[in-house]
Amino acid sequence: MSARALRGTDLLLVAAGGALGAALRVVVDAAAPDTLVPWPTLAINVVGAFLLGLLPALAAVRRSRRVALAIGPGLLGGFTTVSAWVGQVRDLADTGHADLAGLYLALTLAAGLGAAALGQHIAHAPEPRGALE
Amino acid sequence: MTVLLVALGAAVGAPLRYAVAMSLDGRVRFPAGTLLVNVVGSGLFGTFAALALGDAGWALLGAGFCGAFTSFSSFAVQTVERSGRAATAYVVATTVLATVACALGWTIGTHWGGVG
Repeated sequence: MSARALRGTDLLLVAAGGALGAALRVVVDAAAPDTLVPWPTLAINVVGAFLLGLLPALAAVRRSRRVALAIGPGLLGGFTTVSAWVGQVRDLADTGHADLAGLYLALTLAAGLGAAALGQHIAHAPEPRGALE
Repeated sequence: MTVLLVALGAAVGAPLRYAVAMSLDGRVRFPAGTLLVNVVGSGLFGTFAALALGDAGWALLGAGFCGAFTSFSSFAVQTVERSGRAATAYVVATTVLATVACALGWTIGTHWGGVG
């Protein structure tokens, strides 16, 4: 991402996508059973990281910068969250579950980064090396 | 109602993240804008959690604004786009600073007369 002038329409697209993504996040969270380890947030972050890695493979995203903005920093940015993740880590550690806090932190990192790498690998696989850079 | 408040908070948080990332991520090789957003958003999340805002306030500011202001997916993809030392530094910086900011935010929030 390069530094350039911000456009109003871009911000509106990110806002709309972000609103939808965040709403989806709380709907998923509310639908899941209440457990000590916050599995819904873990799943949301892993799935969101995978999809963002995969995004360049979508024809609509390659054709339109606006679609890419609405889905990437918008929908997937609003769907996934760092604040709730570390907030849950803090909460677990504070309530006497330091071991689970560490496990949850590490599991999100490992699965999330692995998912992003897998998504990127799939997205870039059929292309000649460097074609999408 | 709760979902609408979350969407409203996110409609402010997400474009603010995008604006900060656009302004800072491109200037240096390090995604400083996304790092800043994730650390600040986690600090605010800790403060709001400690303040016991009630369901509506939390939906708007915690789950909505902070949830969408910060982004795990951008962080993950930016990490795998880097290699070796740069990737490790970015992961460590984000994880450590966001966690510390959240704990600090919580402490500040409880001192302001929250749930402490």
